[in-house]
Amino acid sequence: MTGALQRFLPLIVTTAVLVVGFLICAAQFPNFASWRVVGNLLTDNAFLGITAVGMTFVILSGGIDLSVGAVIGFTTVLLAVLIEHGGWHPVPAFAVALVVAGAFGAAMGGVIHVFRMPPFIVTLAGMFIARGLGFVLTTDSIPINHPLYGELNDMALRFDFGLKLSLPALLMLGVVLAAVVLAHWTRFGANLYALGGNRQSAELMGVPVGRTTVAVYGLSGLLAGLAGIVFSLYTGAGYSLAATGVELDTITAVVIGGTQLTGGYGYVVGTFVGVLIQGLIQTYITFDGTLSSWWTKIAIGVLLFVFILLQKGLLTVWAGRGGEPAEA
Amino acid sequence: MMLSAPGPSRNLPQYGALLVVLLANWLLFPDFFAIRLQDGRLFGSLIDVLNRGAPVALLAIGMTMVIATRGVDLSVGAVMAISGAVAATMTGAGWGLPAVLAASLAAGLLCGLWNGLLVAVLRIQPIIATLILMVAGRGIAQLITEGQIVTFTSPALAFIGGGSFLTVPMPVVLTILVLAVTALLVRATALGLMIEAVGINRLSSAGAGVNTPVVLVAVYVWCGLCAAVAGLIVTADIRGADANNAGLWLELDAILAVVVGGTSLLGGRFGLVLSVVGALIIQAMNTGILLSGFKPEFNLIVKAGVLMVVLLLQSPTLTLFLPRPKGARPMGAVKPPVAPPPVAPKSGGAKP
Repeated sequence: MTGALQRFLPLIVTTAVLVVGFLICAAQFPNFASWRVVGNLLTDNAFLGITAVGMTFVILSGGIDLSVGAVIGFTTVLLAVLIEHGGWHPVPAFAVALVVAGAFGAAMGGVIHVFRMPPFIVTLAGMFIARGLGFVLTTDSIPINHPLYGELNDMALRFDFGLKLSLPALLMLGVVLAAVVLAHWTRFGANLYALGGNRQSAELMGVPVGRTTVAVYGLSGLLAGLAGIVFSLYTGAGYSLAATGVELDTITAVVIGGTQLTGGYGYVVGTFVGVLIQGLIQTYITFDGTLSSWWTKIAIGVLLFVFILLQKGLLTVWAGRGGEPAEA
Repeated sequence: MMLSAPGPSRNLPQYGALLVVLLANWLLFPDFFAIRLQDGRLFGSLIDVLNRGAPVALLAIGMTMVIATRGVDLSVGAVMAISGAVAATMTGAGWGLPAVLAASLAAGLLCGLWNGLLVAVLRIQPIIATLILMVAGRGIAQLITEGQIVTFTSPALAFIGGGSFLTVPMPVVLTILVLAVTALLVRATALGLMIEAVGINRLSSAGAGVNTPVVLVAVYVWCGLCAAVAGLIVTADIRGADANNAGLWLELDAILAVVVGGTSLLGGRFGLVLSVVGALIIQAMNTGILLSGFKPEFNLIVKAGVLMVVLLLQSPTLTLFLPRPKGARPMGAVKPPVAPPPVAPKSGGAKP
């Protein structure tokens, strides 16, 4: 019993922070506790949430992916160029974007595995390449005016009690659910946790290390591509400088969500909560109106620090009792 | 253990690459090496490369020490923004140059101290420890400038960016000065040896009597100071502090310069001068791309290409792809360098 409590403690703390944070906001602003705010929170952070799921998988496997923001930016540009300049229908353009983004991630995974290079530096190069390709396509911000974009943006699931879930929000929730299943109920998920826990043991256990590495970076690229589609829906444009710094926001969400950066331990749900906490801070600052935007960065930095300390503290306690957290 | 070819041949690729890039620039732009003296200051494309490369070179000097301890400092760009914001805001408030310089350097020192304490005392992974300041640092810089782009007119501070000393532009002078002091500190004392020891194995070096926390904190503090100097130069150059954009992405350029300079990301071996050469290679490529009429957008792709090539050359498993006796397939690429096992443990295959 205490074992389970210990295992889920980071997740419980993160969720408690979200709930307490929401209650504080609701106490201060009477309009805060409405379904409308909740719906907007989900919509506004959908692209971040989708990307953060991919990042969670990468970090669980013991790596890191710095290229996701650049891949989002590149995807929006690719979509804009295909749809507006190439006259494509958005649906095949979406398919092409997803394939390109997924292949890009998989290629980075391949390089990381085959050449034994640090993921940090390979994905850094990937970030340069993706941003550079976006710039080469166009440096302008291209508005996307296809009618389907309007229809997709109007699409929403409305509940009787007042909650309205937009398409991006639904996509994010779907991705999170699928990711939970993938992480905890499939062989791929088990391989992932094993690989992040200890690469050498995983190899000796017969985990297909190469295939898993390629798959996990491919998945991260694919989800970044999906986030790019959502981002282009959300902004209605393609811009090569879109989503700069998202890689850091997603890593922050993963850390706040309780995933160990050394890999092998963490939950996708925690990342989802981490994304919502970041969104909550942003919404609070918007509601307040007098606070300047830079307080977001400082608040997130402080939160990051506190959660890292918490992780360190927990690790020390676990080590002291001679027990490691079991893998999933 | 990486590429440990002894002697000067180890440094040849870097100098060779710089030479090749400079020659390519010269082919594209015959006046490239032309240098003229005007108003007591040297001008010319080559001087321009040195001058514009100075901030990244400064960051690379600090970053080299950090990477040698098997760390990395992602916050240098944000530290540049903070030191620039401090300098511009204080100058605007009427403080004299000595106080302004002292305060911005102190800001860099504090940032470095924070990073160093997180890494050395709390034992947080360097990437994550410095990520905190990278995220929050720009917010702090904006807090200092109150979200404005603070401009100033003080000629004394502007001198650091635009002035010259004995005909050499000040940024270049400062870079050489910092390089000389750093080299003296690490090579004339045992500090360099200790830094390398910590990078190779923190635990054993602590066992051997190295005061690892002090070495680590010192390295991050030095990196913060270098970043503060770079921030001062950038701020003085544009006569203003832009908390949003000062030093943006320069941490990546600095890491790139260090890697191009041949310092291993796995720690334990470093070359200070080579990192500066790496920074100059990057700047010379930038200049070349601009001179050749290519869109500056290609810059990022070229940088990525260079990064990948350098890393591939360092990769311990590249040997598996070089000519080898027939029969041994480079699959799996298991186990540390060399010694390819005759039968690599099978990857793939669900059957036990």
